[in-house]
Amino acid sequence: MNIIVCIKQVPETTEVRINPETNTLIREGVKSIINPFDMYAIEEAVRLKEKSNGKVTVITMGPPQAESALREAISMGVDEAILVSDRAFAGSDTWATSYTLSCAIRKIGAFDIIICGKQASDGDTAQVGPGISMHLDIPQVTYVKKIEEVKDKTVRVERMTEEGFDIVETPLPVLFTVVKEINEPRLPSLKGMMRAKQAKIVNWSAKDIEALPECIGLKGSPTNVVKIFTPTPRSGGQMLKGDTQEIVQKLVQELKSEIN
Amino acid sequence: MSIQIILDKCVGCTLCVKVCPFGAITMENKLAVIDLHKCTLCGACVPACKFKAILLEKAQEKTVKTDLSSYKGVWVFIEQKKGKIQSISFELLGKARELAAKLNTSVSAVFLGNQIEIETQELIFCGADTVYLVEAPQLANYQDEPYTSVLIKLINKYKPEIVLCGATSIGRSLISRVAVKINAGLTADCTGLDIDPEKKLLLQTRPAFGGNIMATIITPNHRPQMATVRHKVMPQPQPDKHRKGKVIKESFHNDELISRTTLLDIVEEVETLINLSEADIIVSGGRGMGGPEYFKILHDFAEVLGGAVGSSRAAVDSGWMPYSHQVGQTGRTVSPKIYFACGISGQIQHLVGMQSSKIIVAINKDPDAPIFKVATYGIVGDLFEIIPALTKKFKEALNR
Amino acid sequence: MDYLLTEEQKMIRDLARKIAVEKIAPVAAKYDQSEEFPWPELKIIADADLFGLFIPEEYDGMGISVLNLCIATEELARACGGIAVCYAASALGTFPIILFGNDEQKKKYLPDIAKGKKIAAFGLTEPEAGSDAAAIKTTARKEGNHYVLNGTKHFITNGGEAQVYTVVVMTDKTKGPRGASAFIVDKGTPGFTFGKKEEKLGIRASATQELIFTDCKIPKENLLSREGMGFIVTMKTFDMSRPGVAAQAVGIAQGSLDAAVKYSKERHQFGKSISSFQGIQWMLADMATQIEASRALVYTVARMVDAGIKDVGKDSAMAKMFASDTAMKVTTDAVQIFGGYGYMREYPAEKYMRDAKITQIYEGTNQIQRNIIALQLIKETAK
Repeated sequence: MNIIVCIKQVPETTEVRINPETNTLIREGVKSIINPFDMYAIEEAVRLKEKSNGKVTVITMGPPQAESALREAISMGVDEAILVSDRAFAGSDTWATSYTLSCAIRKIGAFDIIICGKQASDGDTAQVGPGISMHLDIPQVTYVKKIEEVKDKTVRVERMTEEGFDIVETPLPVLFTVVKEINEPRLPSLKGMMRAKQAKIVNWSAKDIEALPECIGLKGSPTNVVKIFTPTPRSGGQMLKGDTQEIVQKLVQELKSEIN
Repeated sequence: MSIQIILDKCVGCTLCVKVCPFGAITMENKLAVIDLHKCTLCGACVPACKFKAILLEKAQEKTVKTDLSSYKGVWVFIEQKKGKIQSISFELLGKARELAAKLNTSVSAVFLGNQIEIETQELIFCGADTVYLVEAPQLANYQDEPYTSVLIKLINKYKPEIVLCGATSIGRSLISRVAVKINAGLTADCTGLDIDPEKKLLLQTRPAFGGNIMATIITPNHRPQMATVRHKVMPQPQPDKHRKGKVIKESFHNDELISRTTLLDIVEEVETLINLSEADIIVSGGRGMGGPEYFKILHDFAEVLGGAVGSSRAAVDSGWMPYSHQVGQTGRTVSPKIYFACGISGQIQHLVGMQSSKIIVAINKDPDAPIFKVATYGIVGDLFEIIPALTKKFKEALNR
Repeated sequence: MDYLLTEEQKMIRDLARKIAVEKIAPVAAKYDQSEEFPWPELKIIADADLFGLFIPEEYDGMGISVLNLCIATEELARACGGIAVCYAASALGTFPIILFGNDEQKKKYLPDIAKGKKIAAFGLTEPEAGSDAAAIKTTARKEGNHYVLNGTKHFITNGGEAQVYTVVVMTDKTKGPRGASAFIVDKGTPGFTFGKKEEKLGIRASATQELIFTDCKIPKENLLSREGMGFIVTMKTFDMSRPGVAAQAVGIAQGSLDAAVKYSKERHQFGKSISSFQGIQWMLADMATQIEASRALVYTVARMVDAGIKDVGKDSAMAKMFASDTAMKVTTDAVQIFGGYGYMREYPAEKYMRDAKITQIYEGTNQIQRNIIALQLIKETAK
């Protein structure tokens, strides 16, 4: 079974802070990590591989620095890693990103399952996974929380919904986006880390993946960012003081009209 | 499209370095240098430079393949489950009316399902001028492929200029595929939608980096302009029983409704029956609850208020609450009217998921807990004393 | 301080730290209370290949390096001294096989230990033979192709839980220390049972249990080296393992300092964080300096062992003694910085203090370490 995992390197948002004087993001010293949701995708792919003796290829679109994310994926048990990197990709929105990744996946060749995290923690769009499946014209199941059964030509999965979950059967090839519930990602092993250090990362440019110039980067992006600003931070309100009865009395008074 | 520093004008003031949201500008030899791998050409640096040293050349307007002016009207994709219209769809109809008024155009609802015609009136009462109704057994429950194919065909036929959709698990899965196929721009999770008074473009404002920055996004050369919006971000309109509108039925051949995936079963989990995203009041517990058995006081409180029980990641990771109740970055994003944070310290990952709530009440014994920085009302004290007292008092006050 | 670690050593440190922070720290208090054996955490450590750090590559390990072992032990101890000792004690129980085992013995045991499928324990101490190891009463009698073991070992770390035991018993009582021999005993061997599990002050995640041998028959192939080598096996094993105990002490001390620094910044009194008071600052400065001095000593000794330098007895005794005394002092100061909260189980400070105490006691009390150091000093000057 050939599995492809699409990942993204993101800043560790927990470390992103706003400089209160300039109202801008402080990025110094902010670590780059694999998008947390993609960790579940990597883990699920490696588990499927261990069961079926397949191969896992991880792919990312990003700057050359994203290589470290690919190496981390290898340390968790991924077999091959591809970095799709080109200045021409700058300014890609989700349309162009999913197009670019789909071109790279076509170049990889035959695959059975593509797994993506449900969304990236920096953009939070959840659009790239479904976008890839549409560009490749394959079925998708989003928000997968469990892979129940893998057969020769079909897979049965549970898709998380707001109320519970759907049980869906899909033919292969297929694209899944996965949620946190699906597994607990393993930590890398020392042997894996050493393998990752020496592993050769494949580098593909826009030309390598035969992407149409008008479909990538800013040119291929229907949406444009016109303004970036810092929201006025929510400020703290009042502290309620006094004994329990006083506090409760006050709060009920304040909130009563909000509750119908 | 390109960006460059005009070296003669750059004085090395580092103002641009500070405003770049992507960390793409560094100083070398006291001059700004842009790393084009990191730069997204967002333009945040251009107005920040007091010396006009940054030159951003916008691409020449692409030869517009499609006649943008032929696209008219604001559409809302109506989400239904078991034939029941989801509240997000009404919220979007309200917003759609506002946008349509600014554009001097009409609002349409696209309604897919099976034996759902009876519900169409409600859509008109809430703001739809036209309801495009598609009924088929294959559309009874949401499935990616038939829904995608129907929506694409309708958009191609009627050419709306704006399509809005809920940022729900269904909406996000559907609309991303549609946007790719019809080459449209799509912006996720908008918290603000407006119309540019001059260019008549949809201004889509959304948070990024966990809400640390906001971005306004436009789709200048593609139609329709598509956006998803989360629950509770837009107010629900009051239905107007006198409103009139028309229902246009559209039918499709069976081979246009084929799904490669098969929906075998829909399982509702008792514990998630109260949909957190839709709750008006949420009572959440964190590590300070001390154990699963103590969540009972939160359940009791939520019941009196008619709300749902949420949880921080710490409580979920400790196995006290199921994951479906988790609020925060790796859980659900909620914005209820009132959010009670009980024994939750307020890690940034949690705040990201609830800080757009209208009122936040924080109860924590640690006066330095970060949650108090966002709380409308903060209470330093023992929640095991305060919550039962609140439950009792609200019960009396609300006659429940 | 920069210890000029290699890329590989940094990798080991970062991985062990990741495990400690993400997987061990959240459960440390739970195990401290329940005194259950931390098998799930040991599995995580095993999956990360850390049990391979004290096993040669030809037996599926990562190659023996005492420094690497120290780095891993220190990081684990930073989160929980108890779980760290379960790990380090497996190394202690394995060293006799590595140092004195023949190829068959190594092939039979080391790959499973490297993968963490089995853990090991070392059995020396007896009720009446603590620091005075020559007073061992447990015997092994040769009977044809077997040895028959009788007697009781106690205070055995990983006892009851480990699958592989290396024990030092008397094959010839008349010869005194020269009559001791080392054997490998598998868990489940008839006649080999376990006594009571001790309830301890600290390192409560670890198991400490009696080993009871009642006419326990083991094949003669389980003898390590030759008869009479028991004490040499023990001394050489301790030379390898003592830096590990010292590293454990450094980790415990560092963990308590980390907690104290964090707390001192968060805790406000008289309108300021207590970290702004010079009294607290000086305590923190002393703690940090003492820990760094211990670490420097430990890493240096570990490097000496790895370089094959003989006669590290005095140096490794110095490292063990200094690091464990430092751990006791630093963790006590950390409790003091936490004030009243430091005395409460809800806060992490008191656990570090309880965990630290044992490092002054086991693998040779610090009084014995001083004996070793002093004797060597006197010997050196006599030359």
